[in-house]
Amino acid sequence: MSDNATGSAAAERGLPPSEPGGVASFEEADRGPIRRMQEFLHRFPTSIPFIVLLIGVVIFSFAAPGKFLAPFNFSLILQQVTIIAILGVAQTLVILTAGIDLSVGVIMILASVVMGRTAVVYGVPVEIAFPLGLLAGLACGFVNGVIVTKLRLPPFIVTLGTWSIFGALNVWYSKSETIRQADVQETAPFLQWTGTIIKPYDFFSNTLGLDLVFLKGWVLNYGSVVMLIVAAVIWYVLNKTAFGRHVYASGDDPDAARLAGINTDRALIGVYALAGFICAIAAWVLIGRIGGVSPQAGQTANLDSITAVVIGGTSLFGGRGSIVGTLVGALIVGVFRNGLALSGLELLWQDFAVGVLIIVAVTIDQWIRKISS
Amino acid sequence: MLKKLMLAASLLALSAAPVLADETIGLITKTETNPFFVKMREGAQAKAKELGVTLITAAGKYDGDNDGQVAAIENLIAAGAKGFAIVPSVSKAIVPTIQKARDAGLKVIVLDTPLDPMNAADATFATDNRKAGMLIGEWAKGTLGDKAKDARIVFLDLATNQPTVDFLRDQGFMQGFGIDVKDPNKIGDEDDPRICTHEISQGDQEKGRTAMENALQKCPDVNVVYTINEPAAAGAWEALKAVGKDDGSVLLVSIDGGCPGVKNVQAGTLGATSQQYPLKMAAMALEAIHTGKIPEIDPAVGFLDTGAQLITAKPVDGVPSISVEEGLKLCWG
Repeated sequence: MSDNATGSAAAERGLPPSEPGGVASFEEADRGPIRRMQEFLHRFPTSIPFIVLLIGVVIFSFAAPGKFLAPFNFSLILQQVTIIAILGVAQTLVILTAGIDLSVGVIMILASVVMGRTAVVYGVPVEIAFPLGLLAGLACGFVNGVIVTKLRLPPFIVTLGTWSIFGALNVWYSKSETIRQADVQETAPFLQWTGTIIKPYDFFSNTLGLDLVFLKGWVLNYGSVVMLIVAAVIWYVLNKTAFGRHVYASGDDPDAARLAGINTDRALIGVYALAGFICAIAAWVLIGRIGGVSPQAGQTANLDSITAVVIGGTSLFGGRGSIVGTLVGALIVGVFRNGLALSGLELLWQDFAVGVLIIVAVTIDQWIRKISS
Repeated sequence: MLKKLMLAASLLALSAAPVLADETIGLITKTETNPFFVKMREGAQAKAKELGVTLITAAGKYDGDNDGQVAAIENLIAAGAKGFAIVPSVSKAIVPTIQKARDAGLKVIVLDTPLDPMNAADATFATDNRKAGMLIGEWAKGTLGDKAKDARIVFLDLATNQPTVDFLRDQGFMQGFGIDVKDPNKIGDEDDPRICTHEISQGDQEKGRTAMENALQKCPDVNVVYTINEPAAAGAWEALKAVGKDDGSVLLVSIDGGCPGVKNVQAGTLGATSQQYPLKMAAMALEAIHTGKIPEIDPAVGFLDTGAQLITAKPVDGVPSISVEEGLKLCWG
């Protein structure tokens, strides 16, 4: 778990003390349950998304009885959030550096079009087309990183621009043409591999002869496995490598990081390039999920990924947050959308609920940050 | 920022002006990217070449971008165009700007999505979306035969705000299937027990799959799925396949007639689709603006129907349809 709270001093700078009175007895009163909770949450910020997730599960178990609380339904939710969770991992990296990446969704689409169109329409072997797609994602991210660092422009503006640019390239390369599931299956089935269904119960009983009853009914796909691998690798990179430390430090206080001898530009370019690469992996999972390649898919993926990151407790001010939080954040959105849909509510109320979740998440983030003052 | 944009826009308008020794005609679509509009633009470009006129194309940034279309019309007025064809993003909001253009002497032909009120344009060339829906509804009913009275139907619609095309197709399907639609311009007021659920697909493949997954949770016994368009149908098919319902137990129908969709009919994943003709719409509009001759329009209908044909490999008696091979010749995108 990466409840990384490396010195969030910069973000808290200038906030007034929250204790109202100067009398000692007041001080004692403030150490009540709320204050203790605030301290707990400050120490373990990732616990908030877990709590919200749990609350959501409990609510919808009652709101949609018999339908929501079933292994198969949870499997569905997991499949539904996989793409956004992977993009969320990319977004987390960028937001940890106090940046934002509005182009993650379009990088994913562009990469999926490069993979699919190159293989299916232009007949290039998938062994070349697939890495080409990954490379396209990496290149897009790299461009973002170079513009952010070398031209010293705010990431919001840079990625607002490249969102448009990559989108135009997508239309140009794809000719807005959809590639059918059957055509991908015929020429490049590898691209659909992420959509392959796994039944964990059957898997363990067939291979190891185990009768794991609690796995009955679960239906996953390799896309979910890819998501877990991506998250684990990035978690390791962030928490166990020098690069990861540099990322947190650059986001927390870039000046201090530079004074400490960190090449923040290199760290930033690395972050954006890595984010672009992860988006290309999301592209692979997307092709598995929809079977084909659709240049029109994923229009709102960039904002959805930011939503997952924010609800997962990562601070938009940089330097604080975690990959685990983002995964749970994506799951929360999935649970609320699925739960509300099964309860028979219209899509607009799902959007409403997600909006409320965002506001609540950021409010809690602000509240727990007051603690160190 | 805004000033710069306006400057850029006026520069664009100026740079377009010198070309205007010749005749200029505009085409404004909802978006740049939707294959339906991409094809429409191709049809217009071919026709413009044939007629020897200059074509200026523009589009909104997204479906529902009224401001973008207003700016495009203003540019065309400034450029002294003879007229333009437009697929309005917001049927009511664009009307005053269209009036402004007509007052300035431009001929305006509306394509695909009628204005509200429809007679605010010189003419409207469109697919009869209700009829397109009725065709697949009748086909589904005929295919099911006696089982139609116990059908369990899932509807994958477009959006919660029910744009015209959404309710026309959805309600058309119901009428064709023999469901009492109550208000024919409103989705969701029906009480026929065969309707299991309406979900929103946003016409998107990925969201279509999610919508179908949720629908399957509510309606495990579904045997008919109506979809607003072919991308939504392709996504729904993936969801059906994942639970083993790709065995022919579910009839999947759609509307559009894009090439990927027609090929899916050929492959048997899509039972039937209603095809519409964007190239024809655009070509007819350019012709009409160029010659100044608006074709006769039946006042009872209010618009010129550019036609919709049912494409299926399994025709049903009494429901006119064309073969997959013919559909492939006429398909777009």
